[in-house]
Amino acid sequence: MAIVELEKLVKDYGKVRAIHGVDLRIEDGEFCVFVGPSGCGKSTLLRMIAGLEEISGGELRIDGERVNEQRASERGLAMVFQTYALYPHMTVRQNLAFGLENIKTPKDEIARRVAEAARMLQIEAYLDRRPKQLSGGQRQRVAIGRAVVREPRVFLFDEPLSNLDAELRVTMRGEIASLHQRLGNTMIYVTHDQVEAMTMADKIVVLRDGRIEQVGSPLDLYNEPRNSFVAGFIGSPRMNFLDAVVETVNERSVVVRDASGARFETSVDGAGLEPGAAVSLGVRPEHVTFGADGGKPVTVQTIEQLGGNSYLHCVAEDGASLAAHLPGQTAIRRGDAVNVVFRPDFTHLFRKADGVAQKRLVVGEAVS
Amino acid sequence: MAFSFLVRTRGRGRFDLADWLTWAYLVLAVLLMFGPVLWVLLSSFKTEAALQEYPPTFLPVAPVTATVEGYDEPLQLFRVTAGEHEGRVLAQVRRIGLMSQMVDPADPAQKFQVNINDRVPERELALATENYSVLFERFNFGLYFWNSVFITVVATIITVLFNSMAAFALSKYKFRGRTLVFVLIVATLMIPPTVNLVPIYLVVSQIGLVNSPWGVIWPAVATPTGVFLLRQYMLTIPDDLLDAARMDHASEWKVYWRIVLPLSAPALAVLVIFSVMWRWNEFLWPLIVLNRSEQFTLQLALNSFQGDLQTSWAPLLATTVLTLLPITLVFAVLQKYITTGIAQSGVK
Repeated sequence: MAIVELEKLVKDYGKVRAIHGVDLRIEDGEFCVFVGPSGCGKSTLLRMIAGLEEISGGELRIDGERVNEQRASERGLAMVFQTYALYPHMTVRQNLAFGLENIKTPKDEIARRVAEAARMLQIEAYLDRRPKQLSGGQRQRVAIGRAVVREPRVFLFDEPLSNLDAELRVTMRGEIASLHQRLGNTMIYVTHDQVEAMTMADKIVVLRDGRIEQVGSPLDLYNEPRNSFVAGFIGSPRMNFLDAVVETVNERSVVVRDASGARFETSVDGAGLEPGAAVSLGVRPEHVTFGADGGKPVTVQTIEQLGGNSYLHCVAEDGASLAAHLPGQTAIRRGDAVNVVFRPDFTHLFRKADGVAQKRLVVGEAVS
Repeated sequence: MAFSFLVRTRGRGRFDLADWLTWAYLVLAVLLMFGPVLWVLLSSFKTEAALQEYPPTFLPVAPVTATVEGYDEPLQLFRVTAGEHEGRVLAQVRRIGLMSQMVDPADPAQKFQVNINDRVPERELALATENYSVLFERFNFGLYFWNSVFITVVATIITVLFNSMAAFALSKYKFRGRTLVFVLIVATLMIPPTVNLVPIYLVVSQIGLVNSPWGVIWPAVATPTGVFLLRQYMLTIPDDLLDAARMDHASEWKVYWRIVLPLSAPALAVLVIFSVMWRWNEFLWPLIVLNRSEQFTLQLALNSFQGDLQTSWAPLLATTVLTLLPITLVFAVLQKYITTGIAQSGVK
């Protein structure tokens, strides 16, 4: 049982404010991912929860109990570090046992838990080796094992996969996810990789410059990003944005016109929009379709054919660039002139001034 | 393998000029550094008489004597180099002016007169081990040795403990004025030790530590060099390791004792070597603080062999050799740690 609550949490480094009053509630057993570009404060926030960074203001509660003043060693949390941070002078077994020895766990209990964690993570064969004799993936497992044996209230992960190669990262991602399912503990996971966030999280917290931009389930964030930052951050390749002005505001849609004069209809609520208002039309690469006429004329600049997927990069005459993601293989060639068309229920509209999204009335992804 | 190590060359193939120069330079350095040590070692096995001899010999040789019938004392043997008895080995009975009266040990009845310039003393290799045994029988070497060992070991343990704790705080804790504290500590290096001598003596005598080994130990344990050395090394230990230990319920003491200290082993070894050398070889401060001979360290005992009028060279040299031994051993045992860095290996 562990509910983590952050209330107006603030972190100051001297005169610089790194975290600007974050409010968040992480439910028991939830897999919560903090995601954001580097320097957004996600690691700082995690370290504040861990107790490794002092909290400058606000309140942090675990299971309703204020823990601001508790040391890291008293909070009953376990953390997996980006650098693994295995004790190089101890064997794997000693690494795993260290935390339990510190809380005076009986010897046979330590042995039992170490054996269990080692079996679960398949590191039994290396128990008597030193960390430097292990490969990156094995070290990562040991680091996770060190957290598991402690049976903590909350697991904290600080970019645990960023030092692994791509293939191993995918494997470990699955292992951490299945670990969460087996143990059912609350987990807080920090990453800058939105794919990790999308695949593992129950709840994603998108951070920018020490502020929460949006909290929600992966698909909520994908389907209904609150602003252009979240829209651009979630999804790969990132969403295309076209500068446009509002032409007409209808009851169930808004029609916009971009710099080249192309018109697009988008199924969003037009509340607060006046004709002539500067907006940004957002469309994900996977929702770009090509038509013979209508839409916006563009030239195909590069094509990446991956066999199962094709990525096209197009440039319009007005300088706007567009990425498109087509399933399967395509007959379109480099240099072809094509027209891109967007379905109204697959588009997003953001106010130019503050990037805030207009509410989508029909969410095409959820319907089709 | 040792041979291939010795004949390694700079590039591929044959010895070139640079290799020869390197060899010459290294051989010269070895001679310069080990020559005196070897000289002391060999001389420590010479008898008092051989030590007084001029010109001095390199090897510990002693004049050969023979017991000749009709003479109570053993007579010294000489080889005649010129004159009618050239080539014979004769025993000298007495010397009268420039002439020496000699007999043939095989035929004592016959006496010869030989010019002293026409004969050289016969010598043989003789190790005067009594130089060493006398140290234990007459000079109470064991006591001085124990005094030195006690001061060195205790002072080194305390030095390592105090300096590493200071270095831990200075390298791993962020607090206001930490740079200032560090600069102050390092700045004390600029004060010559002789300037401190009188004030420290006053403090030590006020506390009543004169004529106690603790009077030598306490003033020496806080060394700016040690703090500097350890701090620089501890800066290279990743903070993540400390944080990981804290997440593992480790108290700050445990972080220091179980994580930082073992990972600083190479730097600690260097400090141990330094500290052992400093304390073992220290002379001036013990000379001031320790006045009673039963408190003397080896260095003070060595000094006491050297009187105003005469110096007992044989025991002095033997003690010097025995004094050199422990420090050589410490260095030999710990030197491999100096080059090993184990802190980085567990991370990444």
